[in-house]
Formats: sequence, structure tokens, C-alpha cells
Amino acid sequence: MNDWDKNPVYIVGAAEAPLGEVHDHTEFSMVAVAALEALAEAGMTLKDVDGIFVNYMGEEGSVQVGEYLGIFEPRYADATDLGGAAFEAFVHHAMMAIANKRCEVALVAYASRQRTLRARSMAGGERQMTIKGQFEAPYGLPAPIGYYAMIAARHMYQYGTTSEQLAEIAVAARKWAQMNPKAWRRGPLTVDDVLQSRMVSDPLHSLDCCLVTDGGGAIVLTNKERARDAVKKPVRVIGAGESQTHWHVAEMPDLTVSAGVVSGREAFAMAGISRSDVDFVQPYDSFTITVLMALEDLGFCAKGEGGPFVEGGRLAPGGSLPAMTSGGGLSYNHPGAFGVQLLVESVRQLRGEAGERQVPDAKIGVAHGVGGMFSTAGTVVMARE
Amino acid sequence: MSDSEKQPYGDPITYPFWEAAERHELLIQRCPECGSYQFYPRPFCLACNAGKVEWVKAKGEATIYSMTTVRVQIAPQFNPPYIAAVVQLDEGPRMLTSIEGGSPRIGDRVKLAWREREDEPPLPVWTPVEG
Repeated sequence: MNDWDKNPVYIVGAAEAPLGEVHDHTEFSMVAVAALEALAEAGMTLKDVDGIFVNYMGEEGSVQVGEYLGIFEPRYADATDLGGAAFEAFVHHAMMAIANKRCEVALVAYASRQRTLRARSMAGGERQMTIKGQFEAPYGLPAPIGYYAMIAARHMYQYGTTSEQLAEIAVAARKWAQMNPKAWRRGPLTVDDVLQSRMVSDPLHSLDCCLVTDGGGAIVLTNKERARDAVKKPVRVIGAGESQTHWHVAEMPDLTVSAGVVSGREAFAMAGISRSDVDFVQPYDSFTITVLMALEDLGFCAKGEGGPFVEGGRLAPGGSLPAMTSGGGLSYNHPGAFGVQLLVESVRQLRGEAGERQVPDAKIGVAHGVGGMFSTAGTVVMARE
Repeated sequence: MSDSEKQPYGDPITYPFWEAAERHELLIQRCPECGSYQFYPRPFCLACNAGKVEWVKAKGEATIYSMTTVRVQIAPQFNPPYIAAVVQLDEGPRMLTSIEGGSPRIGDRVKLAWREREDEPPLPVWTPVEG
């Protein structure tokens, strides 16, 4: 077993791809922009990369992006398919690979133009003779919102969670976004605004849902020795975990419990810290319910208490658990797979680079990716040295 | 293609399910070793991993585990608003389905019904149990 104190792993570069509505780039050139900027922070170039971690850039995404960037014959290649949690899983895998000397410099990257290309559709149900095609598609459950709606409805039924409590999460994200010049939506937002917005799939309104924008990002990980090259302050990865549950909604073992229980337990155990040591959390906010359940599953509050927990602006600027500090997928940017940007924002907060939205004296942060139909989870705990 | 050449609907594991659906029978699987019920169909028991399971007719009673009213049109064949739900059969397994009629809520009892389809076998749906 690795002695993490002897062989620590660091994030030495973190950058966003072009964001918003991007007309002067392709996904691949966007990834290149982010990768070059992240590597410059690390004091490195593409020639230093010997581990590549990419997916959602077309088939065999790590191969397509590797070729585009001129990274041939890396020692480690990973195109893990865990949706929005893939990027936190990439950090987990990169951490293991670096510690075991299977690679030295890991590049995690992603970009998409799903706003500009109008690539999203809610008709997720395939019509082929798969289990989904036979037993889900005929019922017209919109993907992914219908699945998350069903989860929210059950949480409300079982624990008395309210639409107002879910709306508080969207409002908290917006307050952070108002302090992020790069955020897509920065106008004022109230709980009432969320409740008055169009109901899409009960109980989720349009303002319970994340944005559809172009965007992406890249991060670079390496060992202690190579971290000395870094231009900016390295951030240490002190824990990581991942897990998964269902593909079909009826197969989710408990609609009120996600794979975050396992990913969080693993990550916090590795980090050897308690929840009260955490200065901020970046939960994947695909929908408001995703945040509420993640906070429970990660152990920031007990199961069922997420509703009362998020009340009173606890997640908002000035609250006791700053969350979604970029403005999140709800208000800042959401390019389909937001997981890499959770890591970028975490690094900026831990370096003290977050400007107006800086969490004072942030020492430990958590990024928590969630993917699919609340199917996957990846948790990364990071610390300022 | 003549009727005798007609391919069965489904996949090799689900053919019996859809064949029974033509007769308005909802088939689930039961493990002869441990007695567990399961759905969707697999060729082994999820609970005890026995390598053989048997088809049994579900009694057609269930409880709504969760539901959502869909208010967006996701494809031409769907006309919102409609209710998608996960029901828990009295035998134990859950299935995604539609609830047709009434003003259902989570926790309500529902009974099996069938929706006829043009080129496919009837689809199991559920309706509220009165009172």
C-alpha cells in the first residue's frame, strides 16, 4: 500500500476551456487551450504528458484528444465512462498511477460545444431491443430530468423535503455566480423565481436544472518531484473514491441514496479527515436535488436532513458550508460533463485565486462528481499545503 | 414476411415476457432455490446467483414508489402531461411504468392494465385502485 505522505500526488495545473457560447473553436481546439494553460501553470508542455485521461470527446476520446494534442504513446491511457463523475474518477486513477510510477504527468481534459451545436435532447430512451428500449423508452421518461424528478419526488415523500428547500440551492449557486465574471447567469434570483419557473417534470422546475453551455477544462497531476517545476502553488490530492449504482431508474437500490455514499466514504477515509475539516464543497449541481442528496451521502448531514440543512443560505456566500462557489452548473457553466470544472474551481479556491468569491482561508476542499441518471459518483478531497 | 416467419419480439432473454404480454399476462421471474422474485428478466438469480430461474405470473398489484408528471414533449409519440412512475410489485421487484387515470400519489395502490400498441406487444401500465 502506498504511503501517501511519502509519495504525495499534486494537482499542478488547472484551467478552463473557452466558456459560454463559443463560435471560434472546436471542442478539440478548446481542449488544447485548456491543456496548454494548465500545463503552463505546471511549468510543463504537452511533451511532458505521459498519462492521458479523457472521455466524451467522441469514440475513444483519449485517443482522439491524444492525437490532436500530439501525445503519442503515453504510458497510461484512460477513457473511463462514468459521466459527470468520470473526472473525479480520473483523479482517483491518476493518483494511483502516479503513486505506482505507471506515469508521471497526468493530463485530465474535456470540452464540449453542446450549446452552440444544440446537441442536447431529452428523448434519451433508445428504441433498440435493449432493456432500456424495451422497458423504459415506451414510458416517455425524459432523460435525464425525469429520473432526477423521480428521485426528488421520493425524497420529498420520504423525508418531507420541499421545493422551497431545493430552490435555496439554486439561489445559493446564483449568489456565487454573481461574484464570478465568467458565470453565464448573474442576474438576481429568489426562491420564488425558482418556484414560479416552468415545471418540467414534477417536482423539478426549469430553474432547478443546470445550464446548457459550451465549456470544459483541464487539470495536470504529478508527483512531488515534478511538482517542484510548478509555476503556481501545487494543491495536494489527499483522498479520492468512486462508485456506481444503476442504469435503469427502477434498478436504483434506493431512490434516496446515491453512489456518493461509497465514493465519499472511500475518499474521506483515504484523506483521514472529518466532514467538519472541509472548508468548501463543489457538488455536481446538475439539478438542485443532486446537491441535496450529495450532501447527505457525503455525510455533511444525516440522510433525510438535506432539506433543513440547505436552508438559511448555508451553501451561499457567507454560509457555513460554501458550495458551488463558481456558480456551479446551475449558474456558471455546464458543458454536459461538468466534473473537470469542479476540480478547476477547487484548485483556484485552495490557491486563494478566486477573487471576490474566495472562501476565506480555504485549506481543504471537496469536489464531488455525479453522472448518468444519478448513476455514478466520484469524490476528490484536496488540500492546500 | 408471412406470420409463420415473424420474429418474436424482445431479446433472447425477454421473448417469454413479451409473448405472455400478448395474453395480458405480466411475467416476472422466481428463483426455485431461494424464492426471490426479480424483474427485468435475467437468466440467473440476482439474490443467490442460482443459475436457473422460472417464469411466474405476477398477481398484478403494486404500490407507487415514486412518480413524476412529465410536462415536456420529448418525442412525437408522447403527449404531455402524463405520469411516469416506478411501482413496486407486491412480489418485490420494481418497474418503470405509466399510471393511467385518477389522481395518483406516491404510496397509492395500483393494479395492472395493458396499453395496446400498433406494431409491438401490449405494454404493461398501472391504474389506481379505487377507494
